[in-house]
Parts: sequence; structure tokens; C-alpha cells
Amino acid sequence: MTSGNSGASSLGDMDELYEAIILDHYRSPRNTATVEDPDIDLEVNNPFCGDEFHIQLKVENDAVSQVGITGRGCAISQASASLLAELVEGKSAADVHAAVAAVRRLLKGEEITDEESEILGDLEALGGVRKFPVRIKCALLSWIGLDDALKDHLKK
Amino acid sequence: MSDSSRGSEPDSGTRKFDVDAIRADFPILQRKINGQDLVYLDNAATSQKPAQVIKALTNYYEQTNANVHRGVHTLSIEATDGYELARTKVAKFINARRPEEVIWTRNTSESLNLVAATWAETNVGDGDNIVITAMEHHSNIVPWQQLAARKGAELRYLAAGDDGSLVVSNLNSIIDSRTKIVAATHMSNVLGTINPIALLADRAHEVGAVLLVDAAQSVPHMQVDVQALDADFLCFSAHKMLGPTGIGVLWGKYDLLEAMPPYMFGGDMIFEVTYEDASWNDLPYKFEAGTPNIADAIATGAAVDYLTELGMDNVWQHEQELTAYAMEQVLSLGHVKVLGPQNPALRGGVISFIHDTIHPHDLGTALDQQGIAIRTGHHCAMPLVRSFDVVAAARASFYIYNTKSEVDALVNGIRETEGYFSR
Repeated sequence: MTSGNSGASSLGDMDELYEAIILDHYRSPRNTATVEDPDIDLEVNNPFCGDEFHIQLKVENDAVSQVGITGRGCAISQASASLLAELVEGKSAADVHAAVAAVRRLLKGEEITDEESEILGDLEALGGVRKFPVRIKCALLSWIGLDDALKDHLKK
Repeated sequence: MSDSSRGSEPDSGTRKFDVDAIRADFPILQRKINGQDLVYLDNAATSQKPAQVIKALTNYYEQTNANVHRGVHTLSIEATDGYELARTKVAKFINARRPEEVIWTRNTSESLNLVAATWAETNVGDGDNIVITAMEHHSNIVPWQQLAARKGAELRYLAAGDDGSLVVSNLNSIIDSRTKIVAATHMSNVLGTINPIALLADRAHEVGAVLLVDAAQSVPHMQVDVQALDADFLCFSAHKMLGPTGIGVLWGKYDLLEAMPPYMFGGDMIFEVTYEDASWNDLPYKFEAGTPNIADAIATGAAVDYLTELGMDNVWQHEQELTAYAMEQVLSLGHVKVLGPQNPALRGGVISFIHDTIHPHDLGTALDQQGIAIRTGHHCAMPLVRSFDVVAAARASFYIYNTKSEVDALVNGIRETEGYFSR
């Protein structure tokens, strides 16, 4: 035999990475509308994969009143950005920060508390990324950018 | 035990180009990846290693390990002979005029940096210019950017056309009387484009400049003759041509190397040291400070033997056939755009492609699940990849052990991935 995979049809552990919720958010991203007169307007990008997202937030009384995230990237980064967009709406900065911390712990493979599990909700679908370490940065791209921007904004 | 570090050099093309027999030489091709047979299509990043090369490494450490150019004892003499014979093999492989023109470095990047830090440091001044192409690897961009900034020199680019070929219509205005060095890739690691090196050499020499060739992607895959190219410097890495990591080559014309200041200082590169001063050793040792990478040099010699036995014309022919087949098959998918020359005869065995809907990283992960290794991302050529209005691409690249059925596995794998994401 000269080579391999003729007839192979197994996509192996793909379903662990691309859970149904991930694929759903990838195909139909949430909160993609432009935010008028945003308080936070930032671009995040990962030059290594070319993923880039435009994140806009309106912040009122220390809480996110409106969010819009658009961009391009792989299914993981797009779904993750969409999950983020869905999560932050109406949340206080402290809530957002807690969620980002929980997502980071989830992706690092650390034990998630019941409280964190509650915060995460659908986001636990991102946990499959753990088995694909090179893709973790895809999942975290928009989260880290937004967390930092929100902290900076509140310091002002 | 046969010993490629001391044995005679093989004649070119003496071994039949039999892919099944070649595959049997590569232990890693027996591996399963995610339960599937490995289909290794990331050869432009690094090649796999045949048992002959691995054996040269272990044989060296088991039988002849000693430091070179120092001892009078048997092992030191054998190690020195093996190290120098490997240099001779490389010199012959690229048709260098003499072995002293072959300098061992760590890799192509170090070879390029060496020229930038020595020849160019001495010869490029305020108001001069350096000419490179728009399709360089970062390692042949950044050293020149840094040098230009340091010297007040201008960094100029020969453009890449939409068809992936080098634009040479304005060659005579880009390369002018203030040009000191032209540094160009022989074959693009993204587009597969083969550049007209001899043409660049003519123009560079016309204005008194030198021509440096980044041959990292060409020496492993085709007959490269430094004299026929009329190059002044040529850089490549062993690990892309069946050899070990951690060793590369700088070839330069003897007179140029002779006039250059050393790159690093230390043992081996000196002729005489007093408490006040030192004088430099002859070529090539002037550029090989410290204990060199003896084992990997010897294993590089074994890699050169392997390729020589197959014959570089046969290697090239095999990859041309695979590339033509792969272009046809990949394009037949209908949702894929291939970057670079569309005529397979104008390119090497590197196919960078973009899928209409599937991001390269999703594709890369899905193919990996099927045992297929491709490269995804910007391929260390960010400005070039961006100039095609994309930020990342998938890349399949071939070598001597790849087969048409592996191309079929790739195409089938892309189809499976399309199916997965369109559920």
C-alpha cells in the first residue's frame, strides 16, 4: 500500500470541539448589529490566524446595555464571540469579569464550581476546546479584549 | 555497519524512483494519527527523515563522537573527517566551486542574518538601497528592515503580480546604482512561484550589487547550481531536505566570504589569540565559532546522499506530477481558490488554498482528525498573504514520499469537512 486514507470518513473527535451550540452560534451569530455612539469600540485580532473582531458596547450605570460584535475568523472564534455577545448584554462589569475568569478556567481544564457553571450556562460548550490546545486562543480572543476594554473604560 | 560519514559519495540518480520503496525508508509514515494513517502534507514546514539519516545521527553518537579540529586521537580525527566530508557533499550538491564556500549555520534564518550582520553591515550605507521581493518569508524581510533602519538605507520590493509571478517589468528602476544587495526567494513558500534568479543576478551584477538567494524551498526539491544561478550567497536548511533540525547552510562566493568580518567570536574561528588581540581563522572556520553541530552536519551529508541517489531531476519530476494532479483535484472541488501560478509548471510542490466558507484552522483541525497534516495560517509571510486580501490560508506541500492517493485523501478530507460544516 502506498498510502492511506482512501475511504476514511471519520472526523474523530470533531463533535467535542464543534458542539451543536458552537455550530449554531457560528452559523447564526448573535448581536451583530452596529451600536450607535458606543462607549467602547475596539478591534481585537490574532495576526497568527488572521481572526479579527470589532466589538462595540454601550455602558450605562456600570452595566452593558447594548453590544454588537462583528468580525471574521474560524468557527471557534466566531461562535465564542457570539456567545460572548449574548452573555454580556445587561451584565455588570463585575459579572462580565467573573464570566471571563470562568471561561479561562474552563479552557485551562480547571475544576468549575457550581456557581461558575451557572454563570457559564451555554458557554460550557466551549469546554471541548480543551482537547485542542492550539485552538484555545481562538476561543479566548474576543473575551480577553472585551474584559480589558471594560476594565479600562470603568477606570476613566 | 555502513557509515555514510566516511563512505564514498553516491552517483546521481543511481536509485530507481520507487515511491513504495522510498516510503519504507521513513519510520514515521507507519504512525497513526487520530487512528488514521498519517498523510503528511506539511513538507514546506519541515520534511520527514529517512532511516538512513536517523542512523547517521545515532551512528555518530555511538561510534565516533568527539570534538572536531582539535584532538590527535582517533575519534577526533574520525569526527573531523565526517564533519568535513559532509561539507564536501553539500558543496558538490549545489555545485559550489570549493567546500570552503559552505558555512554551517543553524538554519536559513541564521544564514540570512549572518549576511545581513557582516557583508551588509560593512557594505550598505546611508542612501543605499536593499531590494527584496514581496513574496519573502519573514526571515528574509525582517533582517533587511532592521539593517535599513540602522543604516538609513531604503528597503525596496519587487512586487508579486495577481498571478503570483514576480513583476520584473520595472526591474531596472527598482534595482539601481544605489542597490547594494538583492535578496530573493528562489521558490515562494506560500505561492510556490519559482523566481527568475538568473535574471535578478544579471541586473544586480550590472549595478555592482550582490545577489542573495533564499533557497530554503528550492534546494530540497530541485537541482540547484549556484554557478548556473550566478548567485553570490545562497541559504538553506537541512531539516526541509530530509536532514535534522538545527543545521543550515550559508554558501557564498569565496572572495566575498573572505572579505567579510566574522559573525561570532570564540573558539575554532580564531587563528591566533593574544591577551590583547586575535586574528581570524581561514574559511569556513572564520564563521563557525565554538564547537559546531557535528552530528547534524554528518546527518545532513546522509540526507544529501539520499537525495543524490534518487537524483534531483527525478525528485522534481515526481513533485511536478503530484502538484499538477493536486491542483486539478483541489480546484475540482469548486469552492476552493489556489493562490499563486495556476500553471503547475511554473511552481513547486506547494499549494496554498482558501475555501469559500471554511476557515483554514477549522479545515486544519478537521483534516488532522483524518490523519492529514497541512499547514494553516499566514505561513510566515504576513504581508504577502494579506496582499491577496486574505489573512490565512491552508497549505499542502509535497515531497518524495507523497502519492496521488494521499492527494485523494486530502481532497476527500476537504469534502468530508464541507459535509460536516453544512449539516
